[in-house]
Amino acid sequence: MAPKNSAGTSPHRELLHQMLRIRRFEERCVELYSDEKIRGFMHLYIGEEAVAVGICAALAPDDAIVSTYREHGHALVRGVPATVIMAEMYGRVAGCSRGRGGSMHIFDAEHRFYGGNAIVGGGLPLAVGLALADKMQGRSRVTACFFGDGAMAEGEFHECVNLAALWRLPVLFACENNLYAMGTALAKSHAETDLALRAASYDLVAWPVDGMDVLAVAEAAARAAESIRAGSGPHFLELRTYRFRAHSMYDPDRYRTKAEIEQWKKRDPIDSLVARMKAANEISDDDLAVMDKDICVEIDQAIAFAEQAPLEATEDLTRFVYSETSPTGAGHVKSAEAAP
Amino acid sequence: MTERGTTTYREAIREAIREALLRDDRVFLMGEDVGVYGGCFAVSLGLLEEFGPGRVRDTPLSEAGFVGAGIGAALGGMRPIVEIMTVNFSLLALDQIMNNAATLLHMSGGQFNVPLVIRMTTGAGRQLAAQHSHSLEGWYAHIPGLKILAPATLEDARGMLAPALDDPDPVLIFEHGGLYNMSGVPRPGLVDIATAALRRTGDDITLIAYGGTLHKTLAAADELATRGIKADVVDLRVLRPLDDATIMESIGRTHRAVIVDEGWRSGGLSAEISARIMEQAFYQLDAPVQRVCTAEVPIPYARHLEEAAIPQVIGIVAAAREAVAA
Repeated sequence: MAPKNSAGTSPHRELLHQMLRIRRFEERCVELYSDEKIRGFMHLYIGEEAVAVGICAALAPDDAIVSTYREHGHALVRGVPATVIMAEMYGRVAGCSRGRGGSMHIFDAEHRFYGGNAIVGGGLPLAVGLALADKMQGRSRVTACFFGDGAMAEGEFHECVNLAALWRLPVLFACENNLYAMGTALAKSHAETDLALRAASYDLVAWPVDGMDVLAVAEAAARAAESIRAGSGPHFLELRTYRFRAHSMYDPDRYRTKAEIEQWKKRDPIDSLVARMKAANEISDDDLAVMDKDICVEIDQAIAFAEQAPLEATEDLTRFVYSETSPTGAGHVKSAEAAP
Repeated sequence: MTERGTTTYREAIREAIREALLRDDRVFLMGEDVGVYGGCFAVSLGLLEEFGPGRVRDTPLSEAGFVGAGIGAALGGMRPIVEIMTVNFSLLALDQIMNNAATLLHMSGGQFNVPLVIRMTTGAGRQLAAQHSHSLEGWYAHIPGLKILAPATLEDARGMLAPALDDPDPVLIFEHGGLYNMSGVPRPGLVDIATAALRRTGDDITLIAYGGTLHKTLAAADELATRGIKADVVDLRVLRPLDDATIMESIGRTHRAVIVDEGWRSGGLSAEISARIMEQAFYQLDAPVQRVCTAEVPIPYARHLEEAAIPQVIGIVAAAREAVAA
């Protein structure tokens, strides 16, 4: 979690605060995209905030995250500063990936955030490998791997859950089932649409979770992470969620009805938590207004940071293709007497 | 009776892996049948018994999964050696090699380097037909972010792995399947992963080869010598980044060149080298650069067809004589 918490110490408040940060950040991103400040592909997480917030709440600072191209939310909640995320989307050298990644490739070594990956399913093997490294080095860490329902049609998914289960690796597979692989509905991609059931066939613990309920996600993630840390191998959560916006800024959203979207918006994860907190007298309208205002200030600062951030020098175009510490190393062939 | 210190290409690679496992706890070997089976080409025979299943890991037939896991493990502080049984199977892992291993450092603005070594068998000549015989190292040499090695000698088989593991970036090592049984006594000394090597010297023509074609090219140079044509033989060793200086230095003396490549001609590594010679040594040339490449067919099974498809000594000699006569 990011250290900032403008609305007190209640755990519910922190969950709310993080979801609202993602929502407000992305709403501003839409405006900036229209203003052509942000270009390229941009995929919004609006509607799915409970998943990132609930999962990340269960992670420790030295755990790792492998994400997808829809990763603004994961990065923000993990603690990657909004300033460097925004600067990245502006393509500036001050961006977390020095302007070489953009919206889809947010990376942050300090927070063990191993990126946005634009290949569906492409991050899964990285998560397996990170977890393998932890296991081989005797570290009790969890690698959380986000991916969508679309990725479950990819071979890499099946290879990876099998490998993780076979080697009992500490991976938390977080499947964000938002019912569409870009524009293809779940039932048109998968013969068996019960994704948790399918994952369970690989002999790992898997169950479905209401991905619109941040408390349900946080509870499931905490349980899964605890079990993974205890050495019981990978876990799979199918987080049933919905994106309120189109797949990307290019998507005319022709494959689903407005009525369906409106129906899901009634289950908005932020509204739901606010209603619950109000009913329990945990938050007032004034508190909420203060929280919202603080978030707007944070985002304004991020935009101001990105606006004034310099561009990478074109002369540095080919930096980071190879490591700058790269030695021209040499191996020694011993004398024949020493050979086998 | 074998000479003292005699080893094979296979044993040289095994000894290099063994030394790496002994030297660094972060190193482990992973791939299909590398453990109990001892490696498809018996390279890793005995390593499971010596180092145990934690460090010599048999994987399922999941190339994308275990190659990608190697990338992830490298990110997590390990120094994996991933074996892919043949270059043809590497295509199942191409997404991971190209979209992750080769891009992560750049895409992350320099934050995440991938210190990974991937070894695989390449090449034709064993009647294994199209899906087990291709030479795709030239494709991999197209990709910025990767380093591509092609050991053709016992010294390189033995000595290239250690600097590859010391390298902070992904290194792919292509072992030609026809070389595993090659034997001899490796000469002691340092082996780098940066330069091409002159394997024979002669001022009449430069023959450029690597991997499995090096030995055919050396045989061709022997034959050319009997006809009074003295050839420089350049062993590329490193296919990316190419050592232009060694190539151009040789052509500066010989003024003629033949490139021998078991890859296909169109859009291949030989085309790249030819273009570089044109760019950097055009006025040194006394004749057009010649190429001896694999015929543009999937490699066929029948022995005579396979032999006709891939570079042979006779073709190298003919190309060299044509260049010298021009």
